[in-house]
Amino acid sequence: MTTAVKARAKPRSAPAKRTMEWDLRLYVAGQSPQSLAAFSNLKALCEAHVSGRYRIEIVDLLKTPQLSREDQIVAVPTVVRKLPPPMKKVIGNLSNAEKALVGLQLRPAARRPKE
Amino acid sequence: MRQQSKKAARTLSALVKSPSGVRGLDAITGGGLPRGRPTLVCGGSGCGKTLFGMEFLVRGILEYGEPGVFMCFEERERDLAENVASLGFNLPRLIAGKKLIVDQVKIERAEIAETGEYSLDGLFIRLGAAIEAVGAKRVVLDTIETLFGALNNQGILRAELRRLFEWLKDKGVTTIVTGERGDGTLTRQGLEEYVSDCVILLDQRVTDQIATRRLRIVKYRGSVHGTNEYPFLIDQHGFTVLPITNISLNYKVSTEIISTGIPKLDAMFVGGGYFRGGTLLLSGSSGTGKTSVSAHFADAACRRGERCIFFAFEESPDQILRNMRSIGLDLSRWVSAGLLRFAASRPTSAGLETHLSGMLQAIDDFKPHVVIIDPLSSFQSAGSELDVKAMLMRVIDLFKSRGITTMCTSLTRGGQAEESVSGVSSLMDSWIVLRNVEQGGERTRALFIIKSRGKKHSNQARELLMTDKGIDLIDVFVGPEGTILTGSARVTQQQADKLAAVGLQHDVRRKKAHLLHRRKAIEAQIAQLQAELAAEVGEMGMEIEEEEATASGRTAVRAALAAERERAGRRNIAAAVNGGRQ
Repeated sequence: MTTAVKARAKPRSAPAKRTMEWDLRLYVAGQSPQSLAAFSNLKALCEAHVSGRYRIEIVDLLKTPQLSREDQIVAVPTVVRKLPPPMKKVIGNLSNAEKALVGLQLRPAARRPKE
Repeated sequence: MRQQSKKAARTLSALVKSPSGVRGLDAITGGGLPRGRPTLVCGGSGCGKTLFGMEFLVRGILEYGEPGVFMCFEERERDLAENVASLGFNLPRLIAGKKLIVDQVKIERAEIAETGEYSLDGLFIRLGAAIEAVGAKRVVLDTIETLFGALNNQGILRAELRRLFEWLKDKGVTTIVTGERGDGTLTRQGLEEYVSDCVILLDQRVTDQIATRRLRIVKYRGSVHGTNEYPFLIDQHGFTVLPITNISLNYKVSTEIISTGIPKLDAMFVGGGYFRGGTLLLSGSSGTGKTSVSAHFADAACRRGERCIFFAFEESPDQILRNMRSIGLDLSRWVSAGLLRFAASRPTSAGLETHLSGMLQAIDDFKPHVVIIDPLSSFQSAGSELDVKAMLMRVIDLFKSRGITTMCTSLTRGGQAEESVSGVSSLMDSWIVLRNVEQGGERTRALFIIKSRGKKHSNQARELLMTDKGIDLIDVFVGPEGTILTGSARVTQQQADKLAAVGLQHDVRRKKAHLLHRRKAIEAQIAQLQAELAAEVGEMGMEIEEEEATASGRTAVRAALAAERERAGRRNIAAAVNGGRQ
């Protein structure tokens, strides 16, 4: 998992070479069990629903604490759906897949009312 | 409990306090808020929680060199800066100077979905970064309870908040946490559970259309503190708490005597004047001359070269100046000389605390020796009797502690001259009553001294006269039935007395003339008798002389005859013995 994170994590300033349809950012605080769980849960969800059309960027707030202020992060882990708009935020380790799907609206056609 | 006491025993040193910088609060808390611990400030909306926190931070930066972090969950950064700019806080400058960080936490329930476990590490990191960035010693979290509205998982939230406060304690930052007051509880979410070192409750109440803000320290672990409700106010100078009892009745008193500006009133006090630093109450119904007497007081102070503030609550300064000119007092020259300052406002224009603060401000600015409040009683319309009394007590304490001589007037309703406003007379050192005396179809004014602490005074009434040259006091006449005679009655009585005196004088003169006449007559008689006596003596003397001469002549003849006879005898003997004649 660690390698996967590192492989996919990109410096935030560098522009993505190609824009993915699904651009997600995961904020964590170090490699806590919650963070790890959140990442694997998120990855599983993406593979299941938007395989090949997504990108996950990991932001470790312990390394870049200023981002917590800039991106208005209070809880960790937090997943932010940057693309497609509108922006969505989901907090928690995404253990409830159904809720996570609703929160991130990963099913493109799904227009369910929110809980 | 035991654990706590063990903990306390370990630290041993007394609780260290951070001066809050909120004016007046440190007097109640005995030095400030607990250093390095969180303090909960709770209250309803609009009661000044945010401002309290901001004042704490800004004062900390400006006065105690302690940078701060303001984390707001409700207001926007810019709004906040604008809101407190009206109170004289320049947040952008402090932020630019790296003394302050204002961080707005935007958290909207609609934007956030929750799934599974999470922690508030994001907030911790965020706060930690801010604290580090400026080296903050003070932190304000305003209002952290907003999180409860934004996040669903109360269990996590509570655990995380508990952890947050512990973490703040470990960081050693003095923290203020604000909380909205709940129904029957101090805060809606029971924050007082987590923040238990110091809890301050703010409150705003409206009584008779006048709003008063009050502050109470609900608890302060490990420290004595004032337990009362203290009024506080928010004005252009920020947040001020007004402790009623921060002065413990230990001010120095003066024995210096100063004039009241009315020589005959001075004469009524033994010693010829009034104690400096004393408080004089002047009560009377309308039109008895309260303002005029106070104006004399002010005039006398300015004549001595002292500064005087005239707090006028019923008349405008111009009106007072004009009216006093009519009794020959030119106060405008003192105004232009900078010795006299008027501060006029309507009592109902603001709450009592605002008035008090205004007075404080004026006194701090001007540093007067003499203060006049005209009239005190008008405050009754600005608050309840209890509040008014509490405020007056503070005012009087303040003046006394600064050695300011105070004259307050009080309007009493007709016929109840001895009933002073809000029982304030017991706070005052001396009490002069002005009274209207209605007699013989006219009204006149009488002046009494009801009490005077530490000074003997005349017990007699005086009649107060308004002349072109100011106020004059005259001894009143006591009529035949023991009633006081003033005005025309006095003049009549004076006239009658004068007439009686004149009659008496005539009598005396007549008697004296009579006596003189008698004396002259008798003296003449004496002279005549003496003349007669002299004549008699003369006559008798001559007779005596004559008789004596006759007698002596006879004797001489007889002697001559005897001698002749002797001589003849001797001649016979001499012839016989040849002896000499004598």
